[in-house]
Amino acid sequence: MSEFVDQPAVSFRQGTDTLLRRRLLNAKVFRTVCMLLTYSSLAVLGVLMGSVLWSSLSRLAPDFLTNHYSMNPVRCGILAGLWGSFWLVLLTAAMSIPIGVGSAVYLEEMAADNFLVRLIRINLSNLAGVPSIVYGILGLSAFRPLMISLQTFFDGTRAINVLGLFRVRILHLEIFDGSVLIGAMTMSLVILPIVIIASQEALRAVPSSIRVASLALGATRWQTIWRQVIPAALPGIATGVILAVSRAIGEAAPIMMIGVLTVASMCPGGIETPLQLLQDPISVIAVPFDQFTAMPVEIYDWSKQPDPQDRFTDVAAAGIVVLLGVLLIINAAAMIVRARAGRRIQW
Amino acid sequence: MFRNRDGQAALKASVLMSLMIFGVGCSVESVDAPADGSGGGGPALGSGVRRIQVDGSSTVAKVAAAVQEEFESRFTDTKVALKVTGSGTGFKEMIAGRIDVANASRAVKDSELADCAANGVELLELRIALDGLTVCVNAENDWVDSVTVGQLNKIWAAGSEVTTWKDVDPNWPDEKLSLFGPGEESGTFDFFTEEINGEEDSITDNYSASADDNVTITGIAGENGGMGFFGYAYFYANQDKVRALKISATEDPADGVAPTSETVKSGEYAPLSRPLFIYVKKESLKKPEVQDYVRFFLTDGQKMVGDVGYVSLDAAELKIAQESLEAAIAEVTAE
Repeated sequence: MSEFVDQPAVSFRQGTDTLLRRRLLNAKVFRTVCMLLTYSSLAVLGVLMGSVLWSSLSRLAPDFLTNHYSMNPVRCGILAGLWGSFWLVLLTAAMSIPIGVGSAVYLEEMAADNFLVRLIRINLSNLAGVPSIVYGILGLSAFRPLMISLQTFFDGTRAINVLGLFRVRILHLEIFDGSVLIGAMTMSLVILPIVIIASQEALRAVPSSIRVASLALGATRWQTIWRQVIPAALPGIATGVILAVSRAIGEAAPIMMIGVLTVASMCPGGIETPLQLLQDPISVIAVPFDQFTAMPVEIYDWSKQPDPQDRFTDVAAAGIVVLLGVLLIINAAAMIVRARAGRRIQW
Repeated sequence: MFRNRDGQAALKASVLMSLMIFGVGCSVESVDAPADGSGGGGPALGSGVRRIQVDGSSTVAKVAAAVQEEFESRFTDTKVALKVTGSGTGFKEMIAGRIDVANASRAVKDSELADCAANGVELLELRIALDGLTVCVNAENDWVDSVTVGQLNKIWAAGSEVTTWKDVDPNWPDEKLSLFGPGEESGTFDFFTEEINGEEDSITDNYSASADDNVTITGIAGENGGMGFFGYAYFYANQDKVRALKISATEDPADGVAPTSETVKSGEYAPLSRPLFIYVKKESLKKPEVQDYVRFFLTDGQKMVGDVGYVSLDAAELKIAQESLEAAIAEVTAE
């Protein structure tokens, strides 16, 4: 190896040697700069995490997870936000994953290359960059009327008359303004572009030979997409979905626009423990229509409380740690899904 | 290319037909409410707890949150749904009839009252606490102890050309004056500009606005020549970081009065003392849970007012509020 490097240096000793040395030096400097940039951002992250963890220590106890909001920082807990965020993210995912992945499959695998489709493609990347509060305003103006009409429909004084034969009473649901459902619909708007774009990328990465081979063996387009393309793209799609869901769980602005609770001592549907959920599964029906608060909203509120010993800052820090913990759990679950999905691909 | 046209046509037809049957045969109609008088048909699916909707001022929210905690531990079958937005938003929600109680750090405007009347919403105004809007300076500041309203106006007026402390009073040092305070969305801002500059929303461009009063305090604490204003609760919680100025309503700084619970309560701390309100929808007072909540606010809830750094009403004023509440309850329940 060294022979090849040394050889030209013998014949053009003067000029090349300095030139080579300078080039090697440049490479070394560039490498060091890149390394420093990487590690400096890591260091900033480390300091941030360290300081958050440090100040959260005084409040991070099991009862922080089981207590409600309190003006007394020692008693203050995140229970309502935890359940609120859980239902919010669950509903958001349930709405945005089918719509997002479906749209991506259509755009990548089936749509003709016409003006409308090109317009949608261009706009998707623009939409992904729109500030989330804009979607909050949209959610407020578009979904609130929907909620109000639902309120009148489910007010318990109505029935459906089936063919004049019998009447089915419409059940009475307490439907509130600023409910989990509106929050999830708004949040779906925020993350849909991300889900679609990531799914499109994943589908594009599936080699076209797979499609051709499947079609050549007599599979229909539906069979090809469902049995070959989507399983192959699943790890990539899962990554995009997780990124999107992680964003949904950390966003405060759009749901603050639609009017979430700030000081809440109630969980959606009155469900405060997983056990309660198992004992009374019917209560889940009320969850989407109930008022809620979410972790980022509570953290924001705590960070604004006046407090001499910064004890509410500690509460906010503990909230951040819980939020990060939930994010880690979601990510871990997604990694398992990805690993499983990856194993199924055998070509 | 891959479509099965026959299958699709059959599917279309069946969907259409079922829609037609549904459309013709089914209709939504009203049925009578059951005799138990629960408004709707039987027990609603839901948490089953009584709920009170509250929205409005972030200043009042500190009292309301503390009161709510005590109230809910006493009345375990009732929950308060508290949103913290701003006095103006609270009134908007009240006009729309969506809430039972609106928190406000200022009195209702005539235009808002007119909108309420147009929507058939009647309000009951109740004073629940007093606040002394506090003007604070850096703890290192050793040259000023008391300011007059005139001096404050010179500093904060729209188009003010004051840049150093010396510009305000020649006896003060040539230190740069850095101003901090809440922004336009705040009721505190409305009140300060009204009292000091004589006109709501009129203020110098030369100040840093923040919706978060903790940012204002950090700003003042970080600049030797810093000055800013916020509600008394924030000063109360940060006495080690900033120093409150005495305010003089006359020309002479020596007449300055320091903001304390006594001077705020007696009204000596003028003109920056202000009452905090809750506005109750009279219609909602028919509901026993709202009666309980507002009654609690004016009795046991008053203990919490001091805890969060505001000044509670004196006994006489509290009695007036309680009496007007009972009168309103009697009025709506008699109908």
